[in-house]
Amino acid sequence: MTLALAFDVVLAGALLWSAWGTLAAERLDRAIVLFIAFGLLMTLIWARLSAPDIGIAEAAIGAGLTGALLLDALGTLRRRGKQR
Amino acid sequence: MKRLAIIAAVLAFAAATGAAMLDLAPAAIDLRTPAAAHLAQSGVSHPVTAVLLNYRAYDTLLEIAVLLLALLAILAVAGTPAAAPPQASDPVVQTLARLVAPLAVVVAVYLLWAGAFRPGGAFQAGAVLAAAAVLLHLAGLLRGWGFPPLRLRLGLAAGFAVFLTVAAVLAMRGALLEYPPDTAGMLILLIESGLTFSLGLILAGLFLCLAHEDETS
Repeated sequence: MTLALAFDVVLAGALLWSAWGTLAAERLDRAIVLFIAFGLLMTLIWARLSAPDIGIAEAAIGAGLTGALLLDALGTLRRRGKQR
Repeated sequence: MKRLAIIAAVLAFAAATGAAMLDLAPAAIDLRTPAAAHLAQSGVSHPVTAVLLNYRAYDTLLEIAVLLLALLAILAVAGTPAAAPPQASDPVVQTLARLVAPLAVVVAVYLLWAGAFRPGGAFQAGAVLAAAAVLLHLAGLLRGWGFPPLRLRLGLAAGFAVFLTVAAVLAMRGALLEYPPDTAGMLILLIESGLTFSLGLILAGLFLCLAHEDETS
């Protein structure tokens, strides 16, 4: 078993784990952080699949912008919850 | 019992999907060879950019149109409140945002330029620009847009307009989006610059045009 294969297996396992964690997390903030981690792991996987173009797009849009949007939405939800 | 049945069904579905992927027939036509063969005439030396902005430029034209349409839909739904004042934020966060934003602009320009010969391109560069704007907003340094004023609306539409103008001019000369080989590089750079600028604004707009809600409520 070569080092590259071991790395790929760990990467795939971590991706599935973060996907499961995102769906199963009870706290929303935890789910969002795991979603961002999922996006970054996905970036690494695209790079491993020699598709760096998609990797860059995934990092910038999938993990960065979407993560920020979700965090902002969560902040809004919390503030509204407090006002009521 | 029900749970077990669901797990079994999900596992069976996953196995079937995996088997279907492994059993996938090879593509009927191999497009890699013609794509590589005409790379010299495409104006760029990176195959992905050649596909996106030369061979399949029509798709990219429609993609930017769809993104613009998405923002228009958001503006239509969100109504027209005034732009919200920025929220006060931690000075450490503000200083970091001030340092990172110019770097993000440099990275965006690099990605735009690098797209011609290595991984990069307009969409990635636009996303980095948008991320910088979102960061500035979250740090309380940039106001939410509310309903964008005229200048901003022109900026949002500029990329699509540039692309459409190039397409129209080329359509008059012959085929739609068929660049002449000697000016293809320049035309692609022109389109990509417009796209980067507008995509940065559009993607940031998805965020900043909705930003008024949480701050006024």
